[in-house]
Amino acid sequence: MDGDLGKAFKALADASRRRLLDRLHADNGQTLGELCAPLAMTRQAVTKHLAVLEAANLVAVVWRGREKFHYLNPVPIHEIAERWIGKYERGRLRVLAELKRNLEEATDG
Amino acid sequence: MADSRFVYVTYIRTTPETLWQALVEPEFTRRYWVETWQESAWQPGAAWRLMIPDGRVGDSGEIVEIDPPRRLVHTWRVEFKPELRAEGFSRLTYELEPQGESVKLTVTHEIERPASKLIDEVSGGWPLILASLKSLLETGAPLVATTRWPEGL
Repeated sequence: MDGDLGKAFKALADASRRRLLDRLHADNGQTLGELCAPLAMTRQAVTKHLAVLEAANLVAVVWRGREKFHYLNPVPIHEIAERWIGKYERGRLRVLAELKRNLEEATDG
Repeated sequence: MADSRFVYVTYIRTTPETLWQALVEPEFTRRYWVETWQESAWQPGAAWRLMIPDGRVGDSGEIVEIDPPRRLVHTWRVEFKPELRAEGFSRLTYELEPQGESVKLTVTHEIERPASKLIDEVSGGWPLILASLKSLLETGAPLVATTRWPEGL
């Protein structure tokens, strides 16, 4: 369990990898080519980052014919959250997150 | 791609046989899958239903492929929410692969339509259910958030 968690934290510690996860969160199931297109990263660098994310089980890959699609796998992130969020805190945290988002949107707008 | 798909992967320290039971048997699913259970003869072509604790049919479909304890595919239409029911049948695939002392469980939920509300809505629930399944099999206790059917749903 802790070994897996260590891999997830290491993978998440890098801004480029977090950006790749953001891209998959916005549009799940992309090929390497699609992921590379708008990023200021070489294909090689993206491939390396995806391998780290895959090893940490944060990205799942699915082959369709000869094409490889990447999916954000949210299960390990859930396991991280569940480890430290108590059963009674869940509702309150959601309310606070909502409040923060509303206030920030009001300020931005 | 003209379809919507989510892929979930989790590694669970158990055997494929135990994990298979945990996925289909009511006494298991009630504990980690918000008190729901499934009814099916578990054969290709057989009807499949996910039952809600108050007696309603939550979702329904048909078994497409079944190969215990390796692979299960069934169709899935949401029955208890009209706007999701209108999207028709989605497809759910479980794949179980032994990896050392664990089993890699891959769950794919997909539908042939872009920007599906069904796939979007279940994507909030699957990670929690699967994290709870892992917790139940590894520690004997599910996650508390998944032990009750959500009030008012």
